[in-house]
Amino acid sequence: MPSSHKETRRTPGWMGIHRGHKARPLEWLAEKFIFLVSLSTILMVFLIFIFVAREALPVFFGQTDTALVSAVIPPAEMDKHSPAELQKYLELTPEQFKAMDKDTLKTLMDVKVEAQNDIPESFRNSRDARLNTTEWRYLLLPHQWDDYKKPEYIWQPVGQIKKFNIIPLFVGTLKITLIGLLFAVPLAVGAAIYVSQLARPRFREILKPTIELLSGIPSVVVGFFALLVMATVLQKTFGYETRLNAFVAGIALGFAVIPIIFSIAEDALTSVPRAYTQAALALGASRWQTAWQIVLPAALPGVFAAAVLGFGRAIGETMIVLMVCSASVMSWSIFDSARSITTTIAAEMAEAVNGGPHYRILFMLGALLFAATFVSNMIGDFVIHRFKNKLEGKR
Amino acid sequence: MKKIIQSLCLAVAAAGISASAFAGTITVKGSDTLVILAQKWAEVYMGQHSDVKIQVTGGGTGTGFAALQSQTTDLCDASRKAKAAEIANCIKAFGKRPTEYKVALDGLSVYVNPENSLKELTLDQVGDIFTGKIKNWKEVGGPDAPITVYSRENSSGTYEFFKEHVLKGQDFAASAQTMPGTAAIVQAVVKDKNGIGYGGAAYGGGSKLLAIKKDDASPAIEPTEENVETGTYPIWRHLYVYVNPALDKGEVAAYLNWIRSDDGQKYVKDIGYYPLPKNLRSN
Repeated sequence: MPSSHKETRRTPGWMGIHRGHKARPLEWLAEKFIFLVSLSTILMVFLIFIFVAREALPVFFGQTDTALVSAVIPPAEMDKHSPAELQKYLELTPEQFKAMDKDTLKTLMDVKVEAQNDIPESFRNSRDARLNTTEWRYLLLPHQWDDYKKPEYIWQPVGQIKKFNIIPLFVGTLKITLIGLLFAVPLAVGAAIYVSQLARPRFREILKPTIELLSGIPSVVVGFFALLVMATVLQKTFGYETRLNAFVAGIALGFAVIPIIFSIAEDALTSVPRAYTQAALALGASRWQTAWQIVLPAALPGVFAAAVLGFGRAIGETMIVLMVCSASVMSWSIFDSARSITTTIAAEMAEAVNGGPHYRILFMLGALLFAATFVSNMIGDFVIHRFKNKLEGKR
Repeated sequence: MKKIIQSLCLAVAAAGISASAFAGTITVKGSDTLVILAQKWAEVYMGQHSDVKIQVTGGGTGTGFAALQSQTTDLCDASRKAKAAEIANCIKAFGKRPTEYKVALDGLSVYVNPENSLKELTLDQVGDIFTGKIKNWKEVGGPDAPITVYSRENSSGTYEFFKEHVLKGQDFAASAQTMPGTAAIVQAVVKDKNGIGYGGAAYGGGSKLLAIKKDDASPAIEPTEENVETGTYPIWRHLYVYVNPALDKGEVAAYLNWIRSDDGQKYVKDIGYYPLPKNLRSN
C-alpha cells in the first residue's frame, strides 16, 4: 500500500517522538544542534572527571614523595652517575632529560643541593624529616608528629613538614553539611507542605517565588552576611566560645539549600493526585490531617529526593563555608570550627606548587568530592524515577 | 558557506597578527598581596609610556610561578621567595633560573582588640600564642580570658612567612581560625575582644597594633613606617618580582628598572607597603 510505504519514510524523531510529517531542513538542523549540545555536556562532565582523576593518580599509586631530607648528589660528581640515575634523581621525563644540556642539568642539581641546605637545623634532625607524608597511613590515620604530645589528625600542608591528614576535612565537611541539612530540611519541607496544601491560592502565588528567590542570592553574599551579622547574633544567643564555627556555617549553608529542597519537595507534593486529597476531605479529614497523613506519605519519595539533592548542593558549597569558618580542627562538636573539602581546594589550589604533592592531594580531594556528589545525585534521581509512578498514583 | 568560513578564518588570523604585532605588552601575574601595588605601577607607567601595555592579574604566588613556567606571563609577582620545586620547574621549562628582583618591603604587625590592655609582646610569646602553647591572655600579662587566634589561609605568602619566621616552622594551632584576607582578620579581631591576628601594618585600622620585642631584653618596637624601613621592627619581609632571564630585556627590563627606581618606589607607600632601602634600588 502506498500509504504504509510513505509511513516508513517518516523520520521517527528523537526520544520516540513520532511526527506527522517529514522534518523540515531547519527542524532537522535544530534537532541535531540540540543533540550535540546535550552530548557535549555529558562529554564535558566526563572530561572534567578524567582530568581531575588524572592529576590525582600519583597519590593513589604512591608516586609522590614529601621526604624533607633526601640524599643529594653533589653536582661535581655528576659524571659518576648513569644518565638513568640522574634522570630519576632530577625527576625528569626521558624527553626532558634528552633535551637538556649539561649546564642546565648542573643548575638543576645545584637547586637540589640548595634546597637541602635551606632546611633549618631543627628540622633536619626531626624524626619526621624522612617520612613520605603522602602515604595512605599519614593521610588517614593519626600520627604523633614532632612537637605534638599525642597522635593527632593534622592538616597543615604548608611548612617544612607537610601534614596531609584528610580526616579533619571529611569530618568538617560532614559536620557542616549535616547541620545545614538538619536546619534546612524541616524548614523547606514545612514550607513546601504549607505552600502546596494549606495556603490560599493568592498567598501561594506570593510565597513560592519569594522562597525560590532565595536561590538567587549569591553564596558570597550569604557568607558575608553570616560572617558579619549571623555569627555575632548566634554567639550572643547561644553563648559559645568560638565566634566562627561549624554551627554558623551550617545555618548559613541552610539558607543556600532551602530553595532547592523547597522547590523539589513542593513539586512532589503538588503532583500527588487531587483524588487523594478530595477523597480524604470527603471522608471528613481536616486539611491538616490530609496534608500530613495522606499527601506527605504519598509524596515521601520526592521529599526524600529533595533532601538528597540538597545534600549534594550543601556538600559542594564553597564560598559560605570559606567565609564563615575554616580551621581544620578534628572535633565533632558543632560549636568548634571546621574546614570543608571545597574550602580547602578553593583556598589552597592557587598557591600549591604545580604538580607537587599538595597539588595532587587537592585534586584527590576533588575527585572524592566529585564521587560523593555524583552518588548522592544518582540516589536522588533514582528515587524520583523509581517512585515516579507511585507518586502519580499510577501503580 | 565556504565564503563565510574563509572570511572567518581571515578575521581570526588578522586578530592574531594584530595582537602579536603589539610588542609592548607586558603581562604580570601572581601574588594577591602585590596585585594592588602592581596595578598602581602599571597604571602610572602606562601613563608615562603610551606605547606600552601592562596587564596585571592576581591569583596567588603559586599561580604566578605556574604561569612563569608555562611562559604565559612575563613577570611573576611573589610575596615569598621561590621554592626549590618552583625553580626546578622553571629550569625544566626554559633551562634557566628565574631572575629575582626585590621590589618592596612589607612590615607585618600583630593586631589585638582595642579593648585589650596588652601593649607589647616578645617574638617568642607571639609564636607561642599562634602555636597554641599560650592559651590565656593572663600568661602574657593581659586579662584572664582565653585567646582566640586568627590566621590567614595557608595559601597566603603572609601565612608562610609568619610560620617560618615567627613560629620558627612549627604548626599553627589547629583551632586557629583561618580568614580569607587581612581585612577579614582585622574585622574579626575588632569584633572579638579576645582575638589576635597578624597582617600588613597598613591594614590594621580599628584594631590595636602591638609593639614587638625581639627578646626579653630588647626594647618594644612599634610597627611604624620608620621602624620598618630601618629594619628595627623585627617582623618584615621582602616582596619580589620574578622574570624569565630570556625575557629580561627591552620593555620588560625597562619596566623592572623603573619599578625599582626612586620614581617607582614613590607609589609603594600609597598602597601600604614600604619602599626599598636605597642600596637595593636600581641605578
